[in-house]
Formats: sequence, structure tokens, C-alpha cells
Amino acid sequence: MQDKVKVSGGTGLSEEDIRSGKIFLTEDSLDCAFAWDTGVAITRYLNELKKGKIIASECRECSRIMLPPRMFCELCFRPSGDWVYVQDTGTVNTFSICHVHWDASRIKEGEKPYLPAVIEIDGASSGMGIMHLLGEVEPDAIKIGMKVKAVWKPEDERTGAITDIKYFKPL
Amino acid sequence: MSKRVAIVGIGYAGFRTTSSDISYREMIFEAATKCYEDAGGIHPHDIDSFVASSEDFMEGISIADEYVPDQLGAVLKPVQSIAGDSLQGLASAVMQIKTGKLNVVATSAFSKVSNLSHYENVEAYATDPVYVRPFQEHPAYLAGLEMNRYLYESGTTREQCAAVVVKNKYNALDNPRAAYGAKISIDDILGAPDLSSPLGIHDASGHLDGAVVLLLATEEKALRMTDKPIWIKGIGWGTDTPNLDSRLEGFGAAIYARLAAKQAYAMAGITAPYSELDIAEVDDTFSYKQLQHLEALNICGPGEAGKLLELGCFDAAGDLPVNISGGSLGVGYLHEANGLHRVLETALQLRGEAGKKQLPDVETGLAFAWRGIPTATGTAVILGRRP
Amino acid sequence: MKMRKVAIVGAGLTKFVRRALETPKELSYEATKTALDSCGLRLEDIDCVAHGTAPDAFDGIHQNGEYMVDGCGGWNKPTMRVYVGGATGVHAIVHGWHHVASGMFDTCLVVCEEKMSSAMPHAQGFFLTIFDAITERALHPNLLWIFALEMNRYMNRYGYTKEDMALAAVNNKMNGLKHPASQFRDEVTVEDVLNSEIMAYPVSRLDVSPVSDGAAAVVLAAEPVARRITDKPVWIEGVGWTLDTAYWATRDLYYPRYLDTAARMAYDMAGIREPAKQINIAEPYDPFDYKALHHMEGLQLSPRGKTVELLRDGHFARDGNLPMCPSGGLLGVGNPIAAAGTMKVCELFWQLRGEADERQVPGNPRLGVAQAWGDLMQVSSVVVVGI
Repeated sequence: MQDKVKVSGGTGLSEEDIRSGKIFLTEDSLDCAFAWDTGVAITRYLNELKKGKIIASECRECSRIMLPPRMFCELCFRPSGDWVYVQDTGTVNTFSICHVHWDASRIKEGEKPYLPAVIEIDGASSGMGIMHLLGEVEPDAIKIGMKVKAVWKPEDERTGAITDIKYFKPL
Repeated sequence: MSKRVAIVGIGYAGFRTTSSDISYREMIFEAATKCYEDAGGIHPHDIDSFVASSEDFMEGISIADEYVPDQLGAVLKPVQSIAGDSLQGLASAVMQIKTGKLNVVATSAFSKVSNLSHYENVEAYATDPVYVRPFQEHPAYLAGLEMNRYLYESGTTREQCAAVVVKNKYNALDNPRAAYGAKISIDDILGAPDLSSPLGIHDASGHLDGAVVLLLATEEKALRMTDKPIWIKGIGWGTDTPNLDSRLEGFGAAIYARLAAKQAYAMAGITAPYSELDIAEVDDTFSYKQLQHLEALNICGPGEAGKLLELGCFDAAGDLPVNISGGSLGVGYLHEANGLHRVLETALQLRGEAGKKQLPDVETGLAFAWRGIPTATGTAVILGRRP
Repeated sequence: MKMRKVAIVGAGLTKFVRRALETPKELSYEATKTALDSCGLRLEDIDCVAHGTAPDAFDGIHQNGEYMVDGCGGWNKPTMRVYVGGATGVHAIVHGWHHVASGMFDTCLVVCEEKMSSAMPHAQGFFLTIFDAITERALHPNLLWIFALEMNRYMNRYGYTKEDMALAAVNNKMNGLKHPASQFRDEVTVEDVLNSEIMAYPVSRLDVSPVSDGAAAVVLAAEPVARRITDKPVWIEGVGWTLDTAYWATRDLYYPRYLDTAARMAYDMAGIREPAKQINIAEPYDPFDYKALHHMEGLQLSPRGKTVELLRDGHFARDGNLPMCPSGGLLGVGNPIAAAGTMKVCELFWQLRGEADERQVPGNPRLGVAQAWGDLMQVSSVVVVGI
């Protein structure tokens, strides 16, 4: 009953096969537009970013100061309590030095790599990090545990977005 | 059935055409909180597993299951997402309990379709990219094609389809969840512009935002958690071919509904659905779909649904009240949450909590959902007040 | 309550290739047919289909599961698509287990497929849409970011070096050279990995598995049916799955708690108390080399922070005490996301039956574990199989 053949199909094509028109392709580019409702918690978060401040929410049950702020604590499953301003400083929990763009194309020679990091924000509960970028720092000088501070866009350029913080720089 | 499963908690939020004041996560949190409260105040830590139903393109998020756990209280718990109508999600939850390994399972779905700028684009992406999409037609034409074939095969008239719209929109007037209730006449409907002939603009249901969360449990747990369990007596789902050109044989016949109903009826021991069911919530994404589905679900014979409708058999006082809630045409279309909405309306009737819409002596109900254009997938569930 | 025993009775794969000539449906068909042929079954012997594929965006098809139905044998059957991101390939087996263990079906076909080459210019671009639409996407994150962040945290915590991580890549890639479905033919050394171009420090090109097209399928059957089909059924002894919070940056990334929980659930079901001693073969999910080691710790198969030491001692080699990824894993065979997880279960099926040809692990292995992982580094699914 046992058939010896257990692998079948999966006929490989080379880039050349595609470039030379050896196979047919039907092309379509997706055009979907979304406008996400930001909701109670993130609307406040974005409004405060526009003012140059970072706001968190506190859970009355477990006392966690949560960032990004949430309308509810996902662990206690209760509505959050008070809003709490936190600092715009923090600690690098981990980082990367990234040489490719979001679409996987490689950055050009001489272009600066992206410096994403998880930053634990001062004033929020331990371990409460956000993803952001580092700047004004040589890649080799970045260390886990490094203290950093937000560099804000000028007030008139802020739109109420996470990018109102340009990046975090070493403190 | 090796193990009985009951609905022990019901929660919902939204049911509005727009909901810009809350995020989808906050809307689901509201529905989940209500559901757990309804189930005797259970904390989600005591729920064994969670099932969500969604599709990436509806949310604008790839692998949207990432964002499921927090608002259900499901952090570090067994969680899975079904890429299907939420009645398939419900079926998955039922199977989990029947394995004997999990006792309490939550299932959820939501619609935030108001955040999608052009829903029709997304719907078009569900068609075959090589054979169908290059025509660049509005996807409603697929419904027009099917409706025309159904009318031809069954002898149903456009007036009978319009009568579905009249009744469902009228039924919706007393339903607090409904956004599309209206007094409208058959002439209004037939006189309105076509969407894709013979489908008119009033033959299609309107979009709605909303979230539904249901909690399921084993018999043993259910009897401890609530004094009004609603039993899932049978459930079935089926899929016809995705290729429109291969569907010709059954283009007018909704074979997926027949497959789903066969499995659900067999499990529930139902042989004569028209007389054994006390209520039915049947997909009416488009007016003709309600009639086509009633026939495919073996509630009546081919070509009979329109006539029975005109005779009042599916009215509140009729033999088998159908879409007394208002259905999708009257309440609104909740996309992947449609299936759970059908169960919600049926379960409230079975509990005697349907408010002004409450019918007398509702013991057994059917909920049936179709996944919409261009799919050929449907799920049927039989619910009962007694196990 | 005594659980219904479920076995894997057949398995099939396509070759994993960079770009496949076959369409997604055709790839699914190839794997499905191979799996059915391997156990002498026909499609009419199959009661239901559990289907898995990851983001719709790769294929540019909304409701991709519906589109794929005919390719995976789901036409006119109960067919349901499940997804938990990258963990889908193993989770689809868990989902298939739900179908059969529930008592609702006797046989279930599990099919997972991924065609990533349809996305132009690169499937990576679509990973932007897995990030939080409001708080993260504006930073234009790349998928590599989060893995680089996790890898850096993991290495930093235990003082592991890039060379340590490269050892895992070499172990798996060298194993993969013997796999008939592998897309690689060249030997790889630690120096090659270290010298490959840096993508996102600490991730270099050879630390990463390649994007691939491919499909995998297995056939599940309930105990009496399984024994009729084969004299060597491979039993599903335990399953587990867990999803952690979507707030990934608030978790300490050095340890996969989501896997810890999922693995304990599976071991508990399988009655395994000392996994590191009892498990004979491990197929941890390895889209990156560090993940193989990270997951060995989460699977409780290696003490935290001691994994590199054991790897250097040959503990995880094919002829070691606990072979790690004898298939070659994603690093050595290829990474068509959902299909890659299922490939790992196929490998255990062949290894436990002694049918793995030149990949065969010596010493008649009796118990194996496969695992997959995904989303925002937050989900794991685990299957324990035994003979």
C-alpha cells in the first residue's frame, strides 16, 4: 500500500524564465484604502504626542502603567483607570541595525541604516516598551541598556502620530 | 453526539453603520465583557480556548489573528482564527469541546467595514485573479447572474424577491440592533435602479459595524453557569466549487446550503425541518438568497419559497417565522460576524429575551449563514431550548 | 473523559522552490494527491478538509481559503481554513485533530500551501501590514526588525555569539541536503553564515530561511479507521497552542513564554513528564537559526542558556541524543510559510515509521515533537506524535 513517491510537483522557475516571458503572468496591483478608527485610548495617545507628551493608562486592579495606553487592561480584563503622563526618556531593551527597507530592497551605498529598537519608557511599568527608531548615534555605539531620550518634531510639524517623535537619541 | 455543547453567554456591541468613537478592539472588549457577565460573571482566565473569525483584507491587517487575544482576555491562552464566516468559527469551538479536552470556549467576530474605503475592491479580490478579475466588473454582477439563473430555474418572481425586502425591513423596525428598518413597498423596490439586473439596489443588504461574542460550554459546566443554556443540537458546513464556470449545474441551487443542512439535521435528528423548526434566521445578503436558501435547506421544495412567503408562512404568525429579527436586509450586513449575528437573534428568541420581537413557544431554531460573493460556503446550526 | 485516538496515516509534499510554475491550487493538488496515494485512499474516503495558508496578501486574493478549495480536495465537503500566522502549518494539524477527535468525522485531510512568489517585487513588502496600523506602521518597519530585535535580546541575555547562532544554521542546512523536497544543494559552513551579507544586525542572510513556494498535506484518521488503512499509524499524542498579547514590545523577548505554555499543554495531554528525556526527535520552527535554539528552550528540550553548549557537544545532531530538525527545517528545506510547519509533521511521520531514507534518525525513534511559530513573535502550535 505504501507508495514510494512522497514528493511531487513544485516545479522551479528561474528569474530568467520570468524575465524572458517563458511563462504567462497576470498582473494586478492591489488598491485597498483603510481609515482605521483609533478609538478611545489611542486617540488620546496621539493627541498627547501632538503636544509633545507621552501618556499611558493605569490599571486600577494590577496597578500597571500601560503603554501604549489602553481602554482596558488585557490581563485583568477590566476597564483602565486614570491617565498617567510618563517621561520621554527610556532604556534600550533591544535594537537592530537594519540595511533593508520595509519592502526588502537593500539600502543604497552610503545611506544610513535604520536603527529600530524596543525602548522601555521611564514612568511606565517595568518592561513596558514601544518600538521606535534611534538617531544621533553611531550604530556601533548602541548598547542594550543604554538610556535614551525622545527627539520631537517641531510643534508645528506634529500631526498626532507616532512619528511626531523623530527618534530617540542617547541621553 | 458524544458530548453536549451549550451557549452559556451572549454579548454584543456596536450594530451601527459607523462607530468612529471606538476602535475595533474596544468594541470587541465591550462585547466580550457583556458576554462573560451574561455567563455568570466568568473571568476569561477560566475560559479554556478562544476562536475568532476574520479575513485580513477586511481589517487591513495581514495575519490579523495577532490582534485577537487582548480584547477577549485571551493572553497566553489557546487562540485560533478561522478564515471564514463566524458560524464556521462556532463549529470549530463546538469541535474543540467535543474532543473532551476543553470545557469552556469563547467565539467572536466583528465588522468594522466602515473603516474600509472601498469594500467592493476587496470583494473583487476574492474572485479568481486570472479568469474573473480581469473583467474589472463590480462584484455585484455575480449576484445578478446567480439571481437570474435562480429565478429561471425556480420560477420565482422579482416581486417575490421584493416581498422578502419588504418583510425583513418591516421586521427590523422593532429590533433595537437594526439599522436598516423601513416601511417600503414592492413598487418602491421594483421602481428603484438596478444594481445588476435583475438585482435592484434594495435587494442588497447594507453594511454594518458590530461585534458578537458567544461563550460555549460542556453540559456539566453549562448547567452550573446559567439557568438558560441554549443547546447546539447540530452543526454543519459545506463548500461548493470556487470556480464559477464549474458551478453552472448548481448556480441556482445553493448546493453549499444543502450540504451544510444535511450534516446539521442529521446531527440534530431533524427530518422534517418545516414542521420541526420554530424559527429560522436564514442568510438574506440579497433578497433572492433568502428564498434560494430556504429551498436548499429543505425547508420547502424547489420554487416554493416565494409562494410560501406570499402566503405568510414565514411571518411572525406563520408556520415557520423566518428572519423575524429583520435579517441582513433589515439589521445590516456584518460580514464575517453575520453567522454569529444569526445565532444571537435565534438564541435570544429561544431564551425569551427578544423583546418586542419575541415569539411564543420557541423550542428549536435554525441559523444559517452564507459567506457572500463570490464564495459557495455556508454553515447551518440547530439550536434548542432543551438538550 | 477518554479521548478519541487520532492517527496520521499518510503524508505528501511538493518540492520547495523559489518560484513555482504551479499555481497555488496546483501546488495544493500535488501535495494532497501525494498524501492520499501514500496511504491508498481516494478523495471520496475523506470526510472533511482542514486547510491552512498564511496572509491573503501574498496571493493578492481575499478569502484565499475559498479560492483554494478545489486544489485541496474540499469541493462538496466540509472545509474550513484556520490561521495563526507562521504557526499555521502545525496548527492546521491541531485543527484537523479537532475535527476527528470531536467524533464528528472519521477522516480529515490537512492541506497547507504557500505561494510567496506571486507577491512582487518581494513578499517581504506585505509584512509591513502585520504591524499595528496606527502605532507602528508609520515607522515603516521591516519584518526583519522584530526578529533582529528578538535575536539580539536572546543573544545578549545568555552571552551567545553570532557564531553560536550560525552553528544552528549549519546543523539544519546540512541536514536539509538529504531532503528530496529541499531547494538547496550546496554545503554551508559557519564561516559562510558569518560572512553572508548583514541584513538587520544581528541577522545576516544565511541566518534566515528563504522565501519559497510549496505545499504539504497529511491524512488523519480515527483509531479503528486508521488501523484499517495502515499497519503503521503515527498517533497524535498531544496538541497545544497559545497566543500571547499583541503588545509584543511589552514582552521580554529572550524567552518564548507562548511556546512554554503551548508545549506544556501538549506534553500534559501526551502524559510526558520529562520531555528532554522522553522525546526522541524535535522539529522546532526555524525560520531563523536563533529560533531553532530559542524554541528548543521553550519546548523544554534544553535548559535555558545551555542550548549552544549542547549543540556544540553534538547532542542535537542527527545521531545525537535528541536530533534537532533532521528534515533540515525551514533553513535547510525552504520556507513556504504554512506548508513549512506541516512539512515538519510529515518528517516526524516518516522518521517514526522508519521511512526517512538517508535522513533516518538511528535507534528506532518512538516519540517526536513538531512546533511552529509566528505572528508578532507571539504564537506557537505544538504537536506530539508517537508510534
